[in-house]
Amino acid sequence: MTGEQIIFLITGVLILVSALLVVTTPKLLHAALWLVAALFGVAVLYATLQANFLAVVQVVVYIGAIAILFIFVVMLTRRELMEKGRQTRSNWWIPALLGLLILAGLVLLILSIPGVGRTVTVLPAGLDSVFALGSALVSPDAYVLPFEVASILLLAALVGAVYVATLDKK
Amino acid sequence: MSIPLSWYLILAAALFCIGLYGVLSRKNAIAILLGVELMLNAVNINLVAFWRYFNPAQMSGQAFAVIVFAVAAAEVAVGLALIISVYRRRKTVLADEIDLMKW
Repeated sequence: MTGEQIIFLITGVLILVSALLVVTTPKLLHAALWLVAALFGVAVLYATLQANFLAVVQVVVYIGAIAILFIFVVMLTRRELMEKGRQTRSNWWIPALLGLLILAGLVLLILSIPGVGRTVTVLPAGLDSVFALGSALVSPDAYVLPFEVASILLLAALVGAVYVATLDKK
Repeated sequence: MSIPLSWYLILAAALFCIGLYGVLSRKNAIAILLGVELMLNAVNINLVAFWRYFNPAQMSGQAFAVIVFAVAAAEVAVGLALIISVYRRRKTVLADEIDLMKW
């Protein structure tokens, strides 16, 4: 077992344990904080995959913006739900069973992909992945259209969020 | 890189299923959105792993992951704004009690 595999296993256990705590902890604020831990683990995975830009974006956007937004909303709405006892449905075992079945199916499917046990040694020589990603996102031959559509979606979503969340002035 | 591709895929599948369980079993609307975030992250791990292992010279996997980031941010912004708006009007964030359009 090499060093990379050990790092992967530690990160994987961290991600799965914090994800389980996200979906089971009764206190929502704690769930949001465990989400931060899970997202950080995913950032470490991106680093092991040599997707440096995405690892940084994961920390900045997911932990820095999305998780903080969750914590704000939990604190804005908190009072009512802390005292209400159970946070899961009474028939929680149906989703659990469904999740386990889907997991079993996915694992079987994954193991049947040809070449799934492959390992890679190095990135192709001279590939600067941040540079390549940047030029792919703005090049007309690659992803400029999806990129622009995504930015318009983000703008529309933010305007919509501000509109929905503002108080009625009546 | 001595990690087999299957490890990443199985980890992502497990994360996806945990998120799915959270979405289906939680009562609280905010907790449901937390589950959705876990599922989106699982998909992103898959995209980046396939990029790294199958065709690192083509940036498709990373480009899709960036777009998933943008969509996730949009989804959270609108979702949480809706939750705050509902909370102001009805004083609840429990998905069971938001039943105005149920018939």
